[in-house]
Amino acid sequence: MTLASNGISIERWTRSSRLALGGVALALALFAIAPLTLGAGAIDRMTALFIYVILAAMWNALAGFGGLVSVGQQVFFGLGAYFTIRLADTGLNPFLALFAAAIITGAISLPLSFFMLRLKGGEFAIGMWVISALTHMLVNLDRLIQGETGTSLISLNVYDINTRRVVIYWLALASMAALLGILFALLRSRAGAAIQAIRDNEDAATSLGVRVVATKRLLFVLAAFGIAIAGALWLATATTFQPKTYFSVQWTAYMIFMVLIGGIGKFEGAILGAVLFFVIETFFGAMGVWYLIGLGATAVLFSLFLPQGLWGEIERRFDLRLLPVGYRVKLPGPPKIQWNQ
Amino acid sequence: MIDTLIQGILLGGYYAVIACGLSFMFSVMRIINLAHGSLAVAAAYGLWLLASTFGISPFAGLLIVLPVMAVAGWMLQRYLLERSARGGALLPILTTFGLAIVLDNLMFEQFGADTRSLAPFIGSLSYDSWELPGGIYVGKLAVMTMASAIALLGGLQFFLSRFALGRAIRATAEDPDTAGLVGIDARKANALAAAIAMVTVGIAGAFLGMRATFDPYSGGPQLLFAFEAAVIGGAGSLWGTLIGGIVLGLAQSLGAQVHPQGFLIGGHAVFLAMLFARLFLTGVPFLGRTGFSRTGLPKIRAALRSTP
Amino acid sequence: MTILSVQNLNVHHGLLQAVRDVSFDLAKGDVLALVGANGAGKTTLLRSLAGAHLAASGRITLNGDDMTAVPSHQRIARGIALVPEGRRVFSQMTVEENLLLGKSSGRTGEWTVNRVFDAFPNLLPRRHAKTGHLSGGEQQATAIGRALMSNPDILLLDEVSLGLSPLVIDRVYAQLQTLLTSGTTMVLVEQDLGRAMAVASRVICMLEGRVVLDKPAKGVTRDQVTKAYFGLHREGTGRAAS
Repeated sequence: MTLASNGISIERWTRSSRLALGGVALALALFAIAPLTLGAGAIDRMTALFIYVILAAMWNALAGFGGLVSVGQQVFFGLGAYFTIRLADTGLNPFLALFAAAIITGAISLPLSFFMLRLKGGEFAIGMWVISALTHMLVNLDRLIQGETGTSLISLNVYDINTRRVVIYWLALASMAALLGILFALLRSRAGAAIQAIRDNEDAATSLGVRVVATKRLLFVLAAFGIAIAGALWLATATTFQPKTYFSVQWTAYMIFMVLIGGIGKFEGAILGAVLFFVIETFFGAMGVWYLIGLGATAVLFSLFLPQGLWGEIERRFDLRLLPVGYRVKLPGPPKIQWNQ
Repeated sequence: MIDTLIQGILLGGYYAVIACGLSFMFSVMRIINLAHGSLAVAAAYGLWLLASTFGISPFAGLLIVLPVMAVAGWMLQRYLLERSARGGALLPILTTFGLAIVLDNLMFEQFGADTRSLAPFIGSLSYDSWELPGGIYVGKLAVMTMASAIALLGGLQFFLSRFALGRAIRATAEDPDTAGLVGIDARKANALAAAIAMVTVGIAGAFLGMRATFDPYSGGPQLLFAFEAAVIGGAGSLWGTLIGGIVLGLAQSLGAQVHPQGFLIGGHAVFLAMLFARLFLTGVPFLGRTGFSRTGLPKIRAALRSTP
Repeated sequence: MTILSVQNLNVHHGLLQAVRDVSFDLAKGDVLALVGANGAGKTTLLRSLAGAHLAASGRITLNGDDMTAVPSHQRIARGIALVPEGRRVFSQMTVEENLLLGKSSGRTGEWTVNRVFDAFPNLLPRRHAKTGHLSGGEQQATAIGRALMSNPDILLLDEVSLGLSPLVIDRVYAQLQTLLTSGTTMVLVEQDLGRAMAVASRVICMLEGRVVLDKPAKGVTRDQVTKAYFGLHREGTGRAAS
């Protein structure tokens, strides 16, 4: 392959992406002061949205960038909540317990990764589900949890209900911003180039010396940590812990739905998907079972007809990169790429 | 103790039935169908509906349900899996997972949260048993399930090795590109394989309903059992699933003796232990490495196939 | 009588154009040797004749019927059989099963399992062995036998000597000799120029996807083919504009 002309430049930031980054900063600032004007119900809903964004971004990190589709990510969601309960029971401040629980869950995911990352494709997917089912059973054995009856994060009760609500809101916002920031930085780092090489062609990446397994492990642990934070935050807003609710495969179904409609393997796609899911849930969540049928059917249709998701479609139509994690080759004039044998 | 072992082994018959379709589809199309368990539950509901509204015995009901399952399998392959498999190996996982959610919730919508069973429609078969020397009782239904598992696996093996269509399926499983060159329509062979797999799923659904109760969300656990039995059996070879099913059934039965929750824990733990052992002893964890897996250079072949 | 006609065929391999504007006619009973360097497009041309690779443009007709869009499994039913490069036997299946698969297209004729064992007697003792356990020569014989089982009008052979020892190649060619003299139309891709020219009635040399030489085997010297092979010799259908 030869490039027929010179004057090529490589760019990481486009004009629109600089604007987008400014927009993100502005949005975060607005979100941060929003509780001053929002009512209690709205604050809770926004907290849920931040948690959804975390879930979508973390599942996308694993599947979209690491090529690891898991249907057992609820294990980390459940463990994040479980360890929060456990730690709070020992007397640790419940807000500290949220993050300590996520760190413990992340630490557990490391040895687990040595085992699970040996599995491929669908085996990894269902293997994770088995891990989740087993973990669920083991958590039920803990007397503190009282089986499926569950328990509550009672130590939160020492805080005033309104203070609590706003603090959890801020924690969720900060966690979301931090996790997205970590992922964004990771994807733009050297490891990011490796991640995208793996996404495009794992075998080729291996032969180029990309440390595929180490890179996947990084994503696996990050996803476990992030989803555990989400689970712990969910517990903080709901206060009750029933293992069945937290270790439900429904959580992974939501993650898959958000990422599929937003755009698998697209940084912005997961965020878009979470926002759409949030809107859909707000309007149709009350429909109960038909709502779930609709989610499943939409996921099937996207996987068949629009596997790149909405963001993929937007990128393709408008050549738009808002939060670029890659590089763009900029050619002067129309591209003149010529193939010679 | 001996009683527990016998019950465990016989339980393995059911797992072999439900695992063989999953393993078969994986070895032919390289797709793990995450809606596998939900489809078995759907078949069970179909039989329950025929029995409760028309008084058709579940055995006679199979004559209606199995052809429907075969058609469903054919359509599943043609309209969903074939298309999503073109998008890479990961997409069918998502497609079939979405399908499972749709199926589960549709069944919930239709039949509600109540648990159902086919046991009331098969007379005394569900609790009849034979007494073995030593005062051990074995359930007639459990023995029948095991016999059916053996017959099913044997029949499938016979079909695959002795019939032109069976050979066509094996050839497609090994190398779809070359299968086309010898005159096999790989799409048709895959659709036929999916149809056969769904027939086995229908039979599994019948046994699920007869030996226990089921509800709209039973599909998930059934998928996990099928997957565990298939992986423990190191499947691909059909008889492996029988061994895998028996190991899983034994682990669950023994686990249940230890602790009320031990049934599920025992099964999952043995599955992970087997996986662990195989990973580190041989480095080959996978389904379908023996039997009729593809060898050679599948990636290159795939690249050649996808080029217009 | 023209049996196979290829007109202005273009075949792509992703972004790479592997076959460029290739045209030729084949008469019944012709044995065409297709020669050329690695990457000249020979295998792609054969695969597109067999339908394993659909052409981007151009036309392939067999006995006057348009085959261009017909997929591989139907093309063999119409009488074009390919023995693919690298043999590609079904390694998990026995010799006999591989041969029986050759009948999938449903074409009847003189070739049966027993006839193949007559033609390749070395396979007979291996009848029930998995082909994955066979030697290269035995696998090659199985692959050829499998293609013959469809009773083809045209047999396409892609590098039958690839990876085989000279002794085994001799044996495979000796076994092919019966076919060669029986009037079967054949297209043969072969690296060994001498061997190809010895059995062929016609030679086509390809270079960078194009036909650069197309002559009766009798009317061409080894030197002419060698020059065409390396692109030192341009004529008629040579490189127009690139």
